[in-house]
Amino acid sequence: MPDRALSAAAATLRRLGAAAIDGLGRLGFAARFFVAVVANTPAAFRRLHLTLREIYFSGVLSLIIILVSGLFVGMVLALQGYDVLTRYGADESLGVLVALSLVRELGPVVAGLLFASRAGSAITAEIGLMKATEQLSAMEMMAVDPMARVVAPRFWGGVVSMPLLAALFSTLGVFGAYLVGVKLIGIDAGAFWGNMQSAVDFRVDIVNGIIKSFVFGAAVSLIAVFEGYDAKPTAEGVSTATTRTVVESSLVILALDFVLTVFMFRGVHA
Amino acid sequence: MSRTTLDLWVGVFVAMGIGAILFLALKVGNLVSFGSPPGYRLEARFDNIGGLKLRAPVKAAGIVVGRVQSVRLDPVTYQAIVTMKIDEGHEFTADTIASILTSGLLGEVYIGLDAGGDTKMLAEGGKIMKTQSAVVLEKLIGQFLYDKAAAGGDAK
Repeated sequence: MPDRALSAAAATLRRLGAAAIDGLGRLGFAARFFVAVVANTPAAFRRLHLTLREIYFSGVLSLIIILVSGLFVGMVLALQGYDVLTRYGADESLGVLVALSLVRELGPVVAGLLFASRAGSAITAEIGLMKATEQLSAMEMMAVDPMARVVAPRFWGGVVSMPLLAALFSTLGVFGAYLVGVKLIGIDAGAFWGNMQSAVDFRVDIVNGIIKSFVFGAAVSLIAVFEGYDAKPTAEGVSTATTRTVVESSLVILALDFVLTVFMFRGVHA
Repeated sequence: MSRTTLDLWVGVFVAMGIGAILFLALKVGNLVSFGSPPGYRLEARFDNIGGLKLRAPVKAAGIVVGRVQSVRLDPVTYQAIVTMKIDEGHEFTADTIASILTSGLLGEVYIGLDAGGDTKMLAEGGKIMKTQSAVVLEKLIGQFLYDKAAAGGDAK
């Protein structure tokens, strides 16, 4: 009886150890993969049309969802923010509330989450399916490096698209807040813009927001190409990889956002 | 999709993105020039600065004319030394009074400047001699309660 309990405990420990080793191995593989992607950067920019095509697929085609979501997020922020601010007689600060929340946090984070589900999943599915149908192996047979031809352009397309999408998201959000706050509720337009302009700092708020969206873009694109490249070459494997992309990207975005916020905005009184 | 249409769309997208960043910089962040705007520094000593923070506005007649640049403690007199950066184009007389004010009951703390009648103007590094400290609400209420209690004791 103690023997059986002992062997069960050992089996559990063995499974834990295997999981840890597998996880570490995957992490190491991902890190080497990242280095390989970066090493293939010149290839992605030498054949610029490949990267432009990826900017089209992950950037231009994500425009509609980003613009519409930004507009509605801004309008809802304005409605809810007004509801709270007006209790303290500070409804003229609505512009500050909306602009700071969008530029610092919501713009990069929500645009990143939308980007991961709209573009990241598509990249993973595409690369995974290329692997499953042995197109990647075929390229290697023809002495075409799939890292340079397939992976690097998709990665850089995402990295370039993401900050632009986040900026558009924030802009449309501010515009939505303007529509609700000034046009619908009737806050003075001068106070709305004036308070916003005196509270939002270019270097601290806007540049840090752009840095955030850039980091999220790199993280999401890397996860998307890695999961696609690492997918099991079966129908099930591709679907699992696509799901993993969305889940991992979302978690990484939220965790990175916390870390970046701690470093960027701690101790800044604005 | 042909190559030219694709290029066009990417061009439109990138132009929109850069336009959005410009909008954020100019309309939301009110960025006129990179780096610190031209201006000059003034110094003022206060007994108590209350909740004054870095980058708090400096206002004259309600108009923002500068920002608080640094706040530090004088180790000898235990006064707070506040350095303000005043934007170029605003000049103040040598007998200007600086007071720490609050906009509304819960609003932000700022420095109000009231110019006097002196003909000399403050220049870079100038010191504002007349200052008025922050009103600390807790002290005020404490004082009020103390006075009230004292008045009640007299009446008995």
